[in-house]
Amino acid sequence: MTTATARISRPGHTAAKPARSARSRERALAWARRAPLLPALVFLIVVTQLPFVVTLFISFLSWNSLSPGKTAFAGLENYVTVLTDPDLRQAIFTTILLTVSVVLASLLIGLGLALLLDKKFIGRGLARTLLIAPFLVVPVAAALIWKHALLNPAYGLVNGILTWVWSLFGSSPAPQLDLLSQAPLAAVVVSLVWQWTPFMMLILLAGLQSRPMDTVEAAQMDGATPWAIFRHLTLPHLRQYLELGGLLGAIYIVQNFDSVFTLTAGGLGTANLPYAIYQTFYYANEYGLASAAGVVVVIGTIIVATFALRTVFSLFKKEAAR
Amino acid sequence: MSTLTPAAPRGNATATAVPATAPNARRGKSRMDPTRNNTAAGLAAWLLALLFASPVVWMILTSFHSETDAATNPPSVAANLTLDAYREFFGETSGVSPWPSLINSATASILSTALVLVLAIPAAYALSIRPVKKWTDVMFFFLSTKMMPVVAAILPLYLFARTVGALDNIWFLILMYTSMNLPIAVWMMRSFLAEVPEEMLEAAQIDGANLLLILRKVIAPVAMPGIAATALICFIFSWNELLLARVLTGVVAGTAPVFLTGFVSGQGLFLAKVCAAAVVISLPVLFAGFAAQDKLVQGLSLGAVK
Repeated sequence: MTTATARISRPGHTAAKPARSARSRERALAWARRAPLLPALVFLIVVTQLPFVVTLFISFLSWNSLSPGKTAFAGLENYVTVLTDPDLRQAIFTTILLTVSVVLASLLIGLGLALLLDKKFIGRGLARTLLIAPFLVVPVAAALIWKHALLNPAYGLVNGILTWVWSLFGSSPAPQLDLLSQAPLAAVVVSLVWQWTPFMMLILLAGLQSRPMDTVEAAQMDGATPWAIFRHLTLPHLRQYLELGGLLGAIYIVQNFDSVFTLTAGGLGTANLPYAIYQTFYYANEYGLASAAGVVVVIGTIIVATFALRTVFSLFKKEAAR
Repeated sequence: MSTLTPAAPRGNATATAVPATAPNARRGKSRMDPTRNNTAAGLAAWLLALLFASPVVWMILTSFHSETDAATNPPSVAANLTLDAYREFFGETSGVSPWPSLINSATASILSTALVLVLAIPAAYALSIRPVKKWTDVMFFFLSTKMMPVVAAILPLYLFARTVGALDNIWFLILMYTSMNLPIAVWMMRSFLAEVPEEMLEAAQIDGANLLLILRKVIAPVAMPGIAATALICFIFSWNELLLARVLTGVVAGTAPVFLTGFVSGQGLFLAKVCAAAVVISLPVLFAGFAAQDKLVQGLSLGAVK
């Protein structure tokens, strides 16, 4: 590897010698620029892109590892199954429902929290630290805590508090919730919203703190109401941060496996696609079908990602104009 | 581990100047004035903060209770404190120790983070300080790999590992975690390196400093906090990961999250033990996250938000 002299000046600055040597030097310089990038790029292509190509290939095979002799080309059969099999169709629907509800709820609550934390008050730093805590509990551990310590119908904290509150007002038996068996998807959503709200709050808070205050000051001087300022100044500025938080959150939550796996083990209509795919190849050994479902997830993600990229791009361009 | 100080934004970063407020008696006092409004906001924020933190507080409190005190309805907040659950978790009676899995998690997280940095820092240099042509396209290629769900690649990875005998091998998991975090690290590091002032680089060159000297004297001081923050974020994501670890490891290379999933037996009372396990496993992340609070948002938003 040639060690490049740290020339910041653009190529073309070099004196134009109408000779081959100049062109080859130009090329050597270009490669010297690329060299530091190549290890990371090659590594990533090998580890992420190749497997996906293989997944694509397997998705057209009828392949169950328990009957290895019967592997055959299946065409689009697996894709038809993914879209018609009631369990897998349910998984697609669950994934969308789970992602949309968690993203929207955590964005809204996160926005409220960010607006509060944007104000100065006593102990703001500590309050922020407390609010970040849910995001810093290992997701599997968080799911276990929700399942056993909070939502357990017999001795979970939620029912415990209900019992305690009712006991203050007399002796009538307190209502007891059993989210995990009566509304398991709601239990998953609640635990995920709790985990992802801090993420949204952090991004939106950064957005709030980057807004130009002079216009707000001017608006206040002119006697604008806080609501008008929020509606016409703050919200438009926050728009791209809301989009960024929503779309990044969606990308992570679409892939969520830990909560579904731990809280409900995919039972009672809570199996999302990642969990269904895991089951399809890990327990049912249907490799072709699992791969087709994986490709369907990617197609869905690409649709979301095109929006996400545009948003990230607008923030990124601002920053890249250096 | 040094505490991180946020690097001062340079160049085109929007300066959030504290406006010198003219005392305005009529209405709409400045954000910067402590007013009655702020007291209300502070109260609301504190209530919500306590609500959000309560499961974490409850987890910690319950982990210091005996199993009988942990499983009561209504909850016994003021029960006697004991370390029984921790003794139980560390296998004093069952003989099943979590240590191997914790060590596996630490190994996988630390080594994959080191590998990520080795790959990401030069790449970020070639995308910011001496950018290659079409560097934005390269950045978006990196990002697009992050958008691909793990489930879409996990079967071939599993089959490959099985074929070459890399199943239940920590080194294979380290490679997986490296690829998982590399795009995040490249984006983050690029945004940190972009903060190195161009004038300083030019001045150093005019003085005839060579590349090594420039790296050491000009770039490193600006990039160091960024490198630390990137490392912390990558560490957290690796430490938390479950799906890959569950599919690709078993009894030998199983990580802490895998240990945790096989940990609840459903036999008898185990609530305090579960809480103790959750506390022990979350401690490194809690410390890392609180240490890197200021950089957390930059990492989570892939360096898009400062």
